[in-house]
Amino acid sequence: MELSEHIKTANVEDVTLRRPFHPALRGTLCVTSHHLLFSDRKDEASWQLLILLKNIDAIEKSVENLFGYPRAMGSSGTITIKCKDLLVLQLEIPGMEECLNIASSIEALSSLESVTEMYPFFYRPSHLTLNGPWGLSSTEQYYKQTERLWDRWRVSTVNSDYSVCPSYPSAVIVPREVDDDKLIRSARFRQGGRFPVLSYCHHRNGMVIMRSSQPLTGANKKRCKEDELLLQAVIDGSELGYIIDLRSAQQAQQARMTGGGFESKSFYSHWKRIHRHHERGKIVQESLIKLVEACSDPSHSVDRWLSKLENSKWLSHVHSALSTAGLVVECVERDGHSVLVHGSEGTDNTLLVSSLAQLILDPASRTVTGFLCLLEREWIQAGHPFQQRCAHSAYSHARLKQECPIFLLLLDCVWQVWRQFPLALEFSEALLLRLAQEVYASNYGTFLCNSEQERCAAGVKENTHCLFQSLLRPDIEEQYLNPLYEPTDLAIWPSVHPQSLQLWTGLFLRWTEYAQNMEEAREEVWSIVKEHHEQAGPDRTNNTLSTHCDTLTPFENLMDELTIL
Amino acid sequence: MEHIRTPKVEQVKLLDRFSNKSVIGTLHLTATHLIFVESNSTSAQEIWILHHHIASVEKLSLTTSGCPLLIQCRNFRLVHFVIPRERDCHDIYSSLLRLLRPVSYDELYAFSYNPKQNDQQREEGWQLIDLAAEFERMGVPCDQWQLTDVNREYKVCETYPRDLYVPITASKPIIVGSSKFRSKGRFPVLTYFYQEKKAAVCRCSQPLSGFSARCLEDEHMLQAISKSNHNSRYIYVMDTRPKLNALANRAAGKGYENEDNYSNIRFQFVGIENIHVMRGSLQKLLEVVGTRSLSMTDYLVGLENSGWLRHIKAIMDAAIFLAKAVTVEGASVLVHCSDGWDRTAQVCALGSLLMDPYYRTIKGFMVLIEKDWISFGHKFADRCDQLDPDPKEVSPIFTQFLECVWQLTEQFPQAFEFSEWFLIQIHEHVHSCQFGNFLGNSQRQREVLQLKERTYSLWAHLLSEKQNYLNPVYSPSFAESHPVLEPSTQACHFKFWRNMYHQYDRSMHPRQSILKQVLTFKESNRELEGTVQALKTKLQKFGVSTSPLKEDAPASTDGERTVEGSSATENGYGELTGSFGSKNEPAVVTLEFGVARMTC
Repeated sequence: MELSEHIKTANVEDVTLRRPFHPALRGTLCVTSHHLLFSDRKDEASWQLLILLKNIDAIEKSVENLFGYPRAMGSSGTITIKCKDLLVLQLEIPGMEECLNIASSIEALSSLESVTEMYPFFYRPSHLTLNGPWGLSSTEQYYKQTERLWDRWRVSTVNSDYSVCPSYPSAVIVPREVDDDKLIRSARFRQGGRFPVLSYCHHRNGMVIMRSSQPLTGANKKRCKEDELLLQAVIDGSELGYIIDLRSAQQAQQARMTGGGFESKSFYSHWKRIHRHHERGKIVQESLIKLVEACSDPSHSVDRWLSKLENSKWLSHVHSALSTAGLVVECVERDGHSVLVHGSEGTDNTLLVSSLAQLILDPASRTVTGFLCLLEREWIQAGHPFQQRCAHSAYSHARLKQECPIFLLLLDCVWQVWRQFPLALEFSEALLLRLAQEVYASNYGTFLCNSEQERCAAGVKENTHCLFQSLLRPDIEEQYLNPLYEPTDLAIWPSVHPQSLQLWTGLFLRWTEYAQNMEEAREEVWSIVKEHHEQAGPDRTNNTLSTHCDTLTPFENLMDELTIL
Repeated sequence: MEHIRTPKVEQVKLLDRFSNKSVIGTLHLTATHLIFVESNSTSAQEIWILHHHIASVEKLSLTTSGCPLLIQCRNFRLVHFVIPRERDCHDIYSSLLRLLRPVSYDELYAFSYNPKQNDQQREEGWQLIDLAAEFERMGVPCDQWQLTDVNREYKVCETYPRDLYVPITASKPIIVGSSKFRSKGRFPVLTYFYQEKKAAVCRCSQPLSGFSARCLEDEHMLQAISKSNHNSRYIYVMDTRPKLNALANRAAGKGYENEDNYSNIRFQFVGIENIHVMRGSLQKLLEVVGTRSLSMTDYLVGLENSGWLRHIKAIMDAAIFLAKAVTVEGASVLVHCSDGWDRTAQVCALGSLLMDPYYRTIKGFMVLIEKDWISFGHKFADRCDQLDPDPKEVSPIFTQFLECVWQLTEQFPQAFEFSEWFLIQIHEHVHSCQFGNFLGNSQRQREVLQLKERTYSLWAHLLSEKQNYLNPVYSPSFAESHPVLEPSTQACHFKFWRNMYHQYDRSMHPRQSILKQVLTFKESNRELEGTVQALKTKLQKFGVSTSPLKEDAPASTDGERTVEGSSATENGYGELTGSFGSKNEPAVVTLEFGVARMTC
């Protein structure tokens, strides 16, 4: 079926558009295969609103039909459109039939499942060409850049045809002394074939962060010699490594009943296991739904708001993600040990924790390019199933399948780090907001599909444009820079006291007047900084750096946690 | 001095409140301060605690490492010492108990504090804020409002100031009659005049109406207020108490206005709780946020159960109601609660702040506090526990006001000339008793104490370090385009004020500060601007004309470049970049962490 066949009414005149904190507008509404277009025809400088249909999360319609009047006069309908970027719009459409037609077109076209029918495959702006480089980084590049790895680590292409692990990229970094056969055996012992691979090597002490999925020990406490050897090779003679298991000890025990499990002390004697409970899947998705619902009802009393905020548990997830990431950093930076992170599948919380840890540890990942590279390596290439996780957002009435806003949670955590270290990140909140939008609906192919294998099969690289490449174009990148950026080499340990964490108003209250006031204040900051740079000249002093050193102290909580073990 | 038995104890351990960290140092006890000096010479942290700031001292039972001493301060600092020998601990404990309970005003720090200023400077400090000038700024006296001398000798109402403004039609007998019908004689007087609509904000205490009593003079008084505003046929009477409390007061012969007896009033309850509820609420809040290893769930549930933000919102709602009635409807409003010095002060001050951009500047905010809080007799001595404490009178009413202002600064980052550190510093000094401004309960008492002669004014002190309290993104043009602030009262905008309640818990704060950074930039911009000006004048002296290049010929940038390229200018930049760091850094660093250190 052609996409256009879904469109029964393509154009409606005299539609009224209502947006929060804006006067209502009248104009023409068009539905195309991928967009909803509203244009205000009155003004000469006409104003247009273009919404990707994929951005629409839920649509509610109500029709009023006044009996006894001719159709054209009496009937009209209202469509409420709730977008995945949390914007809510209302369209008053004259004519009941038109209204219903528009609504059903939107419903059908916003929930396309075939990747190649999605808009990135049709997006052809004049300033971009398809032949350009796609993506920013690769496993090989990371290996080449990281001199520390050359001695003891190698790039393995055992997964070049995606047969060992369908969700891994074709190349991974593993200990040099472990050959591909051992990797294949280790992969069989791990859920989804996600055997332990290197995620990050700390530039200061050469300690590494590994990630994997759970071992398939099962009820009989099976073991796998090759998996044990692989992990042994990771710590290479040093006496200790840490396994951060993102499930509670009890959950890990229970996982054995369904074939999963954990690394037992007796077989992995040099690894110390720490359990940290993290919610996943449906629970996190429901948190988002509850939080957005709480934010969108202005009539709540303070008590009700706080209880709804608490009930959503969203901030609790933020809290645990940051605490565990801090714990990983503590192990690597403070204790000087390598770490293996995993939960069950190793595609969600595992990536969340390992990438947050890198942001805290590694100054290179705090630049715009570095951060995008991190996302590319640790989320896109590492096989976070974006298509499944981001199929729907907070408003959808559809029955939940595999949706889970783990990536949004990551962005929220990064925002919290930025709040506490407003000078340490090269990018601003605007980049995080942009990513929060792009991950759900995009002109670009970057977040399509669930794994590299799927992207290859669909020809994403050949037929779509790369978001990260386009974000780095100098004129675009400027919008996302943090004017106050001052690089620091130190680890930036965020405080995880509940009092130090906040609701990300920039995202969750994005479409309110409040956001506008904040935006104006930000612009003022920009202009002060610009003036400063202009006046102080190119050789502006970085003497503030030294004063930061003593303030970048680790948060104290984690010490307690480590000693309890 | 005779109370200090052990002025110095060594090897004292200071425990961090939220972690297992501790430092060793020496504890000194002076007549005014408790001082802890860390032994480690590299960082050598010093903690100065003013005795007046100490709310309670607790000696816990002896442990193996020593005797723990827990000190809780009114500025929400909490320190936990462990003193090796029990005898020393007991000495410090009993000395502190005596020192933090001054028996007479003369013992307060303000009477011994000497910032090395001469009498003239001190007097100038006190003259900074002039309330007569403030009423003049509002346009009072005018054809409808006049200054009355009825309270010149504090005879009609001893908790009011001498100078009061009333409608011209309110004669002396009416005023006196009305004052007899109001709790503590606090009859309706003007506190803010909204010139644009000639609408007045008046304040008073509750009427002594009981179940049926009425007072013709009081009714005339309200009518006079109503008549002075031609824009509106009615006035609002806002009773800031919950209806139940007002009803209960009727049994005690007090109560609220009966709409049948007063012509053209619109009566409204707004439901702010009383001082006891507020005290309990803050206590609960502090208990929650003081818990170690607090989980997110316990934090949010605790925040909700404390009710603190609910109370903050109630005050804000009332102020918004007031501001709307005045600015939108053009109606005059009479605000009262029971005695008219707690909730009334909160609502009138906050309402005025919403209506008038002047109060959002540093100077204007001082004027506002001087007017609605100090002169109209908010009982600072009782509420802040300055002397002869009655625990039932203590209540964080003024703290709530400061917090409401902070919530507004969060919603309108460009609307205020000052940053939150200004609010926090004021809070600090309301309790420090270092300056005379907040001592005592009323103007009359302050005159008896001769504060202006014997103590210094906080406002002069704050203005002298104004740089530290500036909001770098303040925009006067925002004030012009938003003369009246219309804050959102959506619950999610009410946030926990971490920098106030955890000011001294360093591990809790952002490790880098936007405010600090932008302030530094702005300051250096200003300095550079100054240098450029200075150099220009110098150049002019040497006969080089710069102004035509700058002003008349903006197109000829080449010309400008030549001027900048001249060696004098370059040298200037060189000098500046060299000195800028060393000059600014210390000042800015003290902003956050040293903000509360007393100058002694």
